[in-house]
Amino acid sequence: MDLLFDGAEWDFRTLDAIYRACEEIAVGEFGLQPYPTQIELITSEQMLDAYSSNGLPLIYSHWSFGKHFARDEALYRRGYQGLAYEIVINSSPCIAYIMEENTATLQALVIAHACFGHNHFFRNNYLFRQWTDAEGILDYLAYAKSFVMQCEERYGIAAVERILDAAHALQNQGIHRYPKRKWRLADEEKRARERWEHEEASYNPLMRTLPDTAPAAQPPAAREVEEREAKARLRLPEENLLYFCEKHSPRLRGWERELVRIVRVLAQYFYPQRQTKVANEGCATFCHYEIMTRLHEQGRIPDGALLEFLHSHSSVITQPDLTSRHFSGWNPYALGFAIMRDIQRACLEPDDEDYEWFPAFAGNGDPWGTLRDVWANYRDEGLIRQFLGPKVMRRFRMVQLADRAAEPAYVVEEIHDEPGYRRIASLLADQYEPASLAPLIEVADVDLFGSRKAKLTHESRHGVRLDARAAQKTLRHLQILWGYEVCLQEREAESDRLITEYVPS
Amino acid sequence: MVIVDRRANPQGKSLPNRQRFLDRAREQIKKAVADAVADRRVSDLDSGAGVKVTAGSTEEPSFRHTGEGDHDYVLPGPGTLNRGDEIEKPLGGEGEGGSRASKGGGGEDAFEFVLTHEEFLKYFLDELQLPHLLRTSTAQMDLSRPRRAGVTIHGQPSALDVRRTMRNSLARRIALGRPDRGAMEALQTEVDDAIDAGDEGREAAAREALALALRRSARIPFVDPVDVRYARHERQPQPATEAVMFCLMDVSGSMTEHMKDLAKRFFMLLHLFLKRKYERVEVVFIRHTDNAAEVDEETFFRSRETGGTVVSSALRTMAEVQQARFPAERFNIYVAQASDGDNYTPDREQVASLMRGRILPFVRYFAYVETGGSRAVGRHADRVMETELWSTYTALAAAEGARNLAMRRLTEVRDVWTVLADLFAKTNRVAA
Repeated sequence: MDLLFDGAEWDFRTLDAIYRACEEIAVGEFGLQPYPTQIELITSEQMLDAYSSNGLPLIYSHWSFGKHFARDEALYRRGYQGLAYEIVINSSPCIAYIMEENTATLQALVIAHACFGHNHFFRNNYLFRQWTDAEGILDYLAYAKSFVMQCEERYGIAAVERILDAAHALQNQGIHRYPKRKWRLADEEKRARERWEHEEASYNPLMRTLPDTAPAAQPPAAREVEEREAKARLRLPEENLLYFCEKHSPRLRGWERELVRIVRVLAQYFYPQRQTKVANEGCATFCHYEIMTRLHEQGRIPDGALLEFLHSHSSVITQPDLTSRHFSGWNPYALGFAIMRDIQRACLEPDDEDYEWFPAFAGNGDPWGTLRDVWANYRDEGLIRQFLGPKVMRRFRMVQLADRAAEPAYVVEEIHDEPGYRRIASLLADQYEPASLAPLIEVADVDLFGSRKAKLTHESRHGVRLDARAAQKTLRHLQILWGYEVCLQEREAESDRLITEYVPS
Repeated sequence: MVIVDRRANPQGKSLPNRQRFLDRAREQIKKAVADAVADRRVSDLDSGAGVKVTAGSTEEPSFRHTGEGDHDYVLPGPGTLNRGDEIEKPLGGEGEGGSRASKGGGGEDAFEFVLTHEEFLKYFLDELQLPHLLRTSTAQMDLSRPRRAGVTIHGQPSALDVRRTMRNSLARRIALGRPDRGAMEALQTEVDDAIDAGDEGREAAAREALALALRRSARIPFVDPVDVRYARHERQPQPATEAVMFCLMDVSGSMTEHMKDLAKRFFMLLHLFLKRKYERVEVVFIRHTDNAAEVDEETFFRSRETGGTVVSSALRTMAEVQQARFPAERFNIYVAQASDGDNYTPDREQVASLMRGRILPFVRYFAYVETGGSRAVGRHADRVMETELWSTYTALAAAEGARNLAMRRLTEVRDVWTVLADLFAKTNRVAA
């Protein structure tokens, strides 16, 4: 077959040909099912812009995005940080940004990686199907942006920032971990408008002049019942702090609730991404590797391009070990790619070890079917727990270090050998457990008819404590949203002993 | 698949957010800018600057764990570790602890970025203003701007207000019952239908109605001269705030290089500030040794000269120039003087009388900056010997209760900005 390109130069026709060639392989041979794609060609400046808004193509105005932009720009200008080759957005059509500076080979790599790998993952993984609405996200972003702008015009930038700052501080605690219902982002705008209209229509200034009914006048029993019922409506404990404030804060006004909701919706939108870094990048890296090698086998990219590709590929999947100066934790690309390759190998050329570890699919001869199933049904934690085989553990020479607060040094407890495999796989999976990614903080109690003080709890396990200063500052933001006093009790999970109580500062 | 070329899209989508961020970090940026001013050479004063921003007003807190407590890490090893081996804390490159700290987004505490030229000047000069600036004269009528002021029935075709004209036209057509196009078409159809139906009576009636409508439409014009409206503009006089700043610099032999540098920096900043913030402020440069001369900007800042010191010469020149070109009833008059404070002692009386009689009554603000050598640094800064000029001015200020005479000492390059900002702060505090 003819070469798709020769050398570094490319034009739109080349991109189109590359895309078609990749599509033939990815969809035709490998059976991937991506969303339709929209490739957007951008400059490095625009890539920096996209960085500052978490890769979203449009976002409401807020100073924190300016801060991230200033930081990224400074790092980039000084050469401390390179730019990603691409950014891909979980939307339908799937939008992939590619940079004009890339060579033809890199564009092919990026198209294979983003437009087929990530795209397939977004469309098929259960978390994304459950939590995100790819059709609606772009419209929702446009709505959020214009809503924030309207609020700024009506109520002033400072008032809007006050709420957004507070909501941003709590966005890690603004996530439902268990699905209630599927989001339909297209309905969000309608719902907000109705809320607004209802409020304006039902506003009655006379109601404000009525004296408060004195609670003491009621018989105590009736009051108790009322209080119990009111509390039951709060459905405590509630771990989604933003949801709690949005629904139950006595002080927030309608538009403020909507701002909180916008931040919450976006945090929820990113939640699947945080849980599937290894699986998602592993999928995309595996796809680009297979597609590029296949293109070369078909004689559609020259040898030079293959070498250039392998060079980029191997730097992407570098994993320095813990003694290295460059070590900074796990590289999700490296770990994900190694696991995917191991699954492929176990399907095609199994040995005794594979039959023991992966009896479900070892030797089934269908690597793509097996991998598609993995990509559709697992997040990082499950992927590692079930598909991290001994060969990958040996490949990375994994060790388990025990870090005990009382000990002056880390102790190697397990290594990559027969007695250690199970424990290593299970502990590494724990590391990717979403519960360990952000502190779990719950609203435990609210004094509804008295001071309206909200009590939060944080269970400290294994001596892991909250950062006190950060907690105090974050509580101040929570207080803004709740409108009344808040406090946070840190308890030892093992003994239920109260360790400390944080108050806003 | 679609390929969209976004390269031509407007750049700088993040600029508004950047602006908000800068406003938020205002205090830190101002401090950084002041530091930058001290470090630079006089000629780069108005270029951009790197600014280091630490947490504070731009902090984004979140609940996060500290690294304390018991953890189990599974990590890629070097292959030489065995059970029971110990590794000292912390791991090379901070290991897990490092990545955890930045996970919450609160780990990045300080970072540095570069302010652009425009931003630099904005933050730099933001807080300054000329004190007691008054509207001195409305006589100069060239200071007026055209302003929209309603509509009129006469005017130039270019000022035609199409929307209003058409609105009037429509109102008139409705009021007079001019048949519109739809009505005409309906009448025409009615005629055609009647012909098709072969009903002569109906045809005649329809034709008559159509003819009437046609006559009516010819009689009542679509746009009539009475509909026409023009936008009216009015010239509105702008308040004339004319001001002049006299920069008086001592370049005599007693001024060391250090003092001259201080004085030049001071005037450089002052000049920059006036140029940026006030379009219509004239600046007069006067330098003096034992005699004074009005010079141009270039000479004032670049050339060298030396000689004795007679301050009254500069004051006299200033007063002369003021009387000749800048009458006090039209101009806001400002004076900034920099000197090491030495003066020829017999000149003292002259200085005092000039100030009393010909200067202080007319000026809005007289800022005197005394540049000292390094002898005045540190603990003894406030115990420095009073110089000739300083004591003269102090006496003047006390005697006259002159609220428009401000005095500051300036000894270090890093204080140039502070002194200037102090003298021209928006809440103009005048020397006690």
